[in-house]
This record gives sequence, structure tokens and C-alpha cells, in this order.
Amino acid sequence: MNPSLIHAIPLSGQVINLCAAIMLLLGFAMLSQRRVLTLINLFMLQGLVLFVSTLIVALTTGQSHLLWSAGLTLILKVFALPYILHRLIRRLSVKWDIETLLNIPTIMLIGIALVVIAFNVAQPISQLSGTITRATIGIALACVLLAFLMLITRSKAVPQVIAFLAMENALFFAATSATYGMPMVVELGIALDVMVGMVILGVFFFQIREQFDSLDIRHMERIRDE
Amino acid sequence: MREFLLIDWVLTTALVWLLIGLIGVVFQHNFTLISRVLFPLGAAFGLVLAVLALNGIDGSPQVLVLPIGLPDLPFHLRLDALSSFFLFLLGATAAGISIYAAGYIRKGEGTAPGLQCLLYHLFLTSMAFVMLADDGYAFMVAWETMALSSFFLVTSEHRHAEIRRAGYLYLLVAHVGAVGILLSFGVMAGSAGDYTFDAMRDFSTVGIWPTIAFLLALFGFGAKAGLLPLHVWLPEAHPAAPSPVSAMMSGVMLKTAIYGLLRVSFDLLHAQLWWWGALLLLLGLASAIFGAIFSTVQTDMKRLLAYSSIENIGLIFVGFGLTLIFKSFAMPQLAALALVATLYHCLNHAFFKSLLFLCTGSVLHATRERNLGKLGGLIHRMPWVTWLALVGVLASAGLPPLNGFVSEWLLLQSFLFTSGLPQGYLNMLLPLVAGAIALIAALAGFAMVKFFGVVFLGQPREEKLSQAHDAGRLERIGLLWLGIGCLLLGLLPNVVITLLDPVTRLLVGSGLSFAASSHGWWLLAPISEDRASYSPAIFLGSIVVLMPLVYWVVNRSFRRRLKRVPPWDCGFPLQTSRMQDTAEGFGQPIRRIFSPFFKRTREHPSPFDTQPRYRSLVEDPFWYWLYLPIARIVGYGTRIIAFLQQGRIAIYLLYSFVTLLCLLVWTRG
Repeated sequence: MNPSLIHAIPLSGQVINLCAAIMLLLGFAMLSQRRVLTLINLFMLQGLVLFVSTLIVALTTGQSHLLWSAGLTLILKVFALPYILHRLIRRLSVKWDIETLLNIPTIMLIGIALVVIAFNVAQPISQLSGTITRATIGIALACVLLAFLMLITRSKAVPQVIAFLAMENALFFAATSATYGMPMVVELGIALDVMVGMVILGVFFFQIREQFDSLDIRHMERIRDE
Repeated sequence: MREFLLIDWVLTTALVWLLIGLIGVVFQHNFTLISRVLFPLGAAFGLVLAVLALNGIDGSPQVLVLPIGLPDLPFHLRLDALSSFFLFLLGATAAGISIYAAGYIRKGEGTAPGLQCLLYHLFLTSMAFVMLADDGYAFMVAWETMALSSFFLVTSEHRHAEIRRAGYLYLLVAHVGAVGILLSFGVMAGSAGDYTFDAMRDFSTVGIWPTIAFLLALFGFGAKAGLLPLHVWLPEAHPAAPSPVSAMMSGVMLKTAIYGLLRVSFDLLHAQLWWWGALLLLLGLASAIFGAIFSTVQTDMKRLLAYSSIENIGLIFVGFGLTLIFKSFAMPQLAALALVATLYHCLNHAFFKSLLFLCTGSVLHATRERNLGKLGGLIHRMPWVTWLALVGVLASAGLPPLNGFVSEWLLLQSFLFTSGLPQGYLNMLLPLVAGAIALIAALAGFAMVKFFGVVFLGQPREEKLSQAHDAGRLERIGLLWLGIGCLLLGLLPNVVITLLDPVTRLLVGSGLSFAASSHGWWLLAPISEDRASYSPAIFLGSIVVLMPLVYWVVNRSFRRRLKRVPPWDCGFPLQTSRMQDTAEGFGQPIRRIFSPFFKRTREHPSPFDTQPRYRSLVEDPFWYWLYLPIARIVGYGTRIIAFLQQGRIAIYLLYSFVTLLCLLVWTRG
């Protein structure tokens, strides 16, 4: 970007861009993080950034329903879910190192490639979009892909759930930046889905551990149809 | 309350069949009730249906909407001339087969009698509904019910692995065919989504779509009829089924496919193209030649008849194709002639093939033997079955004055008029087809001589055959009904043609009733009297007069030199019954002449073998050319697809991830 363009962006837009950059950074951090506890903290941080960016979008555009979204994000993703996850790993006592299916540097390299693809793909969308946050669509898409990559490369159940939740965060971010968020009903529904999914997965963790004495999902390869 | 119309009566009859079946399964331990009351009752209602349908042929079309089925999707029924004709065929044949089945059915033989009673009558009901259906939905429901009930009847003796295999093959081909029919209806219904036949009649598809609909229907109905590349299930399923079921399947069920294709090509589609007819003609011709040749080399009597069914279906399709050709060139009178030949042959085949299958059933019960090489000389033990089988055999071989001759003669007559066609290639091709049909008729005669001679004439080839007993009383009634039917259909062609008039008027817009009625009941001259005519009554009369005369003359002039010897001993001094001409031996010349058609494996013993064994196996080459390659491709494909299923969640996630990326890049590009 040339310097004159940077000056043209208002302060709120710059803060949102900063938030987006932090989101991407957090995405990479989560991708490379080996410890479950830190992973949860990173997830909480991501929720906080999401809250801040949504709040700023809401205040600058005057979209009142985005305020509600921001509040929901704060309660659910900054407090409730990290709390539940913390309790889960205490109960399951799985604070150990995470094994990944590929080694971390390779994953990081793939992640960089994904970011390039995401920016390339998002370019026409951001040209069509009329929102003040349109520059961040590429970043949001990159975050989705990074979370997906994390979902694929983790072999333990808890990090997979975190990856799933991170993907949901990124999707939310994409929705806010592309169209100022989805309708309220849809957002409420998604929030409920995430809550319920969390509860169900929590139950599943205990079941899986009881069956296999471990939370390693590689044990589940045995139950395919031969 | 509206008037009780004919269609209501027909529907009631079909539902009574279902009720009979249900009673049979409720009282399944009461064998006397099932065999002495329910099956004869089913036969009586077959007669009722035949009479009702006769009235329906020249009546105006009647419709009925049944409020059953899915919500907002009722069954539409319709009774017009075409469906009435096929209902008549169903009712008349079912009457004979049901009464025979009443005597045939045994306890402890395959499926329990009560269940068999249900399946059999469900089969009848579903066939009646196929012919009544007036929307794609009702048609498919009835069609699939028909396939399923007949599948369970075929696998009645499911403890034998080969019968299970035959049943599986049948079900597979039936379902693949049903998909074709369903897609054809889909094309004809167009985008409106209304599957009633009325909507299909109104909706005129354009461009290539009528052709696609026709080809799909041809595929679907051809699979059910046993048209050439899709015939493989037929020689497997017919021998596996109990004989009344084989008779029903061969006699009536194959005709439902003809009905369906007639309905689609003449009623639902508006314009016909001449090359559809040429395609049908060639496929039918190929089936007929193939079936005729293969039936001559079979060693299992029911397989022989099954191949003969393929041959007859082939002839029916040849007539059908000719009808399409004449119709597309706007020659209604000739189209009517070819269509009469087609429909007439449907009716004839229903009668004589059911008769022959039922005769094999009696032989099977009397001797427990299906292999032609172990039968023989049954004329002395089973006179009733033998003489009635002779009627069926003569009809099937196409000899006057029986019914098979009339329809084949009409078919050849319609070929004689093809020189007027405006299509040059067809003009050159069709005389060759007529020649091939003559060849087929000769081969069919050969196969029938083999069937009758090896089973009933000569000397018994096995010791146990001397204990064979004739058919029971109920079985005889069934055989007699069908035999008399063959005779009457042969003697009264003008009556039948007058009866067919409304059907041909409905489908091709012209009829032969004038030609039929102008010369009295005894002379048939389809186009004009000086061109060709046939009088079965005179034929029968001369046979009746000449045969006793010849007998008398021969008997008189050779009286003193008469000497009784064992049959078929060829004048050799030492001859045992095992040395008679066998089924293999009889078929040998054909096997030699047409050897490129067969896939043969033979084991010849060497001259020094102390325990010589001779084995000769003739197989269908289509298995090796078509079916096994398809099976291999499917197997290979499934192995590749199974490779996708690794059982690792990461891999499954990777699939969606890669798909997502590809879609994103694709939309970008």
C-alpha cells in the first residue's frame, strides 16, 4: 500500500486492521503451540480481539445489533468457553504436550501458503464489499483456513475442539468484516450451537477416554468399516 | 354415489386377488383351504377379469383416482383398449395357471403354501395394476411390487445356492431396468413435475428429448422383457422358479414390458422416428436368432423353454419395430397389420408358453428330473401331459392350425408390404429380416421337436421313470384350458382380429376389422383376398380327414408285415435305452453350424480311459463379452473408492479442506 492510502484510512479502520493482524498472528500462534493450557489462553485472547473489533465496527457504523454480537462474544468466547475448557482439562488431567501429525515448521510453511491463497481468493470479494472493514476479509479467510489446518493436524481431542472453536471465531470475524455481521437470529443460533456442541464434546471426551484410556483420536481408526 | 363402472369392477377383481392372498397367509396351516379353495377361486377371478377386460376393449376409456399413496399424490387409474387387451391376456392366462397351481402346490416344497399363495396373488394384483396405472408413480409402485413378489417366488427354494444366485441376478437386472423406466418418465414429465400420464400426453417434448425418453424406456422395458444384451437373467430365473411361476413370468410378466413400451411409444410420445423402429427391429431380430439357436442346444427342459421365450419376445419386438416404421411413414393400414401381428403373438405366446412350462412342471413332479438326458418315453406314463404338450409344441413351432402359425404368418405378411417404404436402406434390409424370421421359425421348430421327442418319445432313459404318474385332476384342467385356448386362437383368427381393432385404432389410428369381417369367420385375408389368405378351418378339416385316411391306407397295405419293436432302436440288434439319440446329440448339428455363437467347453475321454466321461458345456458368450467386464469395472471402481475410506479423522478433514480450497480457487479463476 502506498503511504497516501494509509493516511486516508480513519482511525477506527486502522484499529480494525490492527485487530485483524493480531487475529492472524494468534492463528499462527495457535497453529504452532504445543501446550493445551497455552492454547486455551490463546483462544481466549482471540475472543477478546474479536470482541474489540466487533465493538469498534458497531460504534463506528451505528449497527446496534453488532453491539449485541459483541456482548455475546465477550460472554461466550472470552469467559464461558475458556472456563469450561480449563475445567475439562483439569478433570481429564491432560495438560501434556500436544503431538501433531506433521512437524511444526512444515505446518507453519503450509500456513503461509494458505494465507497467500486466502488473500488471492479474497481480493474480488473485498472489491465488491462496501464495508469499512473490507480490507480484512482476506485475513479472516486466512484465519478460517489456518484453523482448519489445525483441525487436521492435531491428533488429540481437546486441541481439535479448540481448533473447531477457533474456526468459528474466524468465520464470525469474516462475517463482520464482509457484511457487518449476520442477522441477529443466525448469530444467536450459532452461539447456541457452539454452547451445545461444547457440552456434547465434553461428554464425548470422557467417553473416549473411558474406551481407549487416552484422548488420542488415532485410536478411533480401528472403528472404520472393513 | 356414482355409477359402478367397468374400471371399478376390474379394480375389485384385482383387489379380490390380493384378499385371497391375505386369506392364504392368515390360514397358512390349512393346506386344504389354500389348495382346494383359494387357488381355484383365484382362477375363477382370472376368468372374471378376462370377461370384464373383453368388454373394456371396445368401450370408451374410463378413469379413476384412488385416494391411496402419498399425500397429494393419489393413484390415477385408467382403463382403455390397450390396457384391456393386456388385462384380458393376464386374466385368461392366470385362470389356467391358477387352477394348475392348485393341484401343483405341495407342502414342504420351497416356501410354505400360505406364503406362496400371498406372493402369487400379489404378483397377479401388481400386474393388473401395472396395466391400469395412469401415472408414473402408480406405475412404478406396481412395477416394483411385481418385481419383488416375483423375486420371492423365484427364490422359493432358496436353500440352493444357484437359485439364490439366479434370484439375485433377476433382481439386479429388474432394478437397473426400473431406473431406466423412472428416468424415462422423468424426461416425459418435463419440468412441470406432474407425473400423470395425462400430463405427459399433453407435454410435448422437443428436440432430442423424445428420443432419450424412448431409449430409456427401451432399456428399462427391454431388461424386463429379456431383449438381447439384457436377457441373461431369463434363462437363470425361469428354471429356478416353480413351474406355475415360470409360466406366469414367461407368459404374462414379459408382456407387461411390451405393454409398457407400447404405452410409452404410441400413447405418451407424440411423434415416432423411423429409426426407433429399425433399432427395435434389429434388437428383436438379434434376440430371436440368439434365443432360437440357444434353445436348440439346451439340455435342461426349462432352460430350453426360457431361451424359446427370448426368441418369441424377439419376434414380438420385430413386429413392434415394423409397426413403428410404418407409423412413422404414415402408413396406418400396414402399421395396424404389424401391430395386430405383434399383439396376437403376445397373446399366443402367453398361452402356449404357459402350457409348456406347466407341462414341464408335471414332468418335474412325476420324475424329479429336469435334465433332458435323463427323461424319455413318458408318453406311456403321462398321456394327458404328453398330448397337451404336443399342442403347445406345435403352436410354439408355428404349425397350422394352431395359434403360433397365425401370428407368425401375419408378421411375414406385413413384411411383404415393406417394398412401399420411402426409405431406401430399409427397403433393402427388410426382406433380409423376413428371411431371418423364416430361419428363426425353422429353428424354433427344431427346438420343439427336440423338447417333445426327448422328453416324451423313445424309451425311458432311467429306471425311475417307470414310476412316473400323470398330472392330477386340477392340473389337467389348467393344461386343458390353455391347450383349448391355443386351438381356439388358431381357429378363430378373425374373431381375435376384430377384437384387436379398438387397440390398433387407439395406437396407430387404423384397424383390420374390415379385412377380418369381409370374408366370413373362416377365411383370413388381412389385406386383400387375392394377395394372401388363410383358412384354419379348412386346414383342420383336411387334417381331420386325411390323417385317418393315411392311417387306414398304411395299416391296410402293411398289415401282414407289421412287427412291434422298442421305439427308437433304429433296427440295431443290441440297443439299450442309454444309446438313444440324446438332447446333446440332437442339438449337435446346430452346435456345429452356429459354433461362433457359443462359448463351449468340452471334455473328451481318451480311447484308453477306463472310466470315460464326456462333458460338454455351452455358455452364453454375453457373460464374457459384456457382463463380466462390467462387473470387473464396478469391482475395480469400488476398490478405488474404498481406498478413500482410511478411517482417520485427519484424512476425512483433509478431504473437506482440499475441496474447500479447490472451490475457492475455482471461483476466483
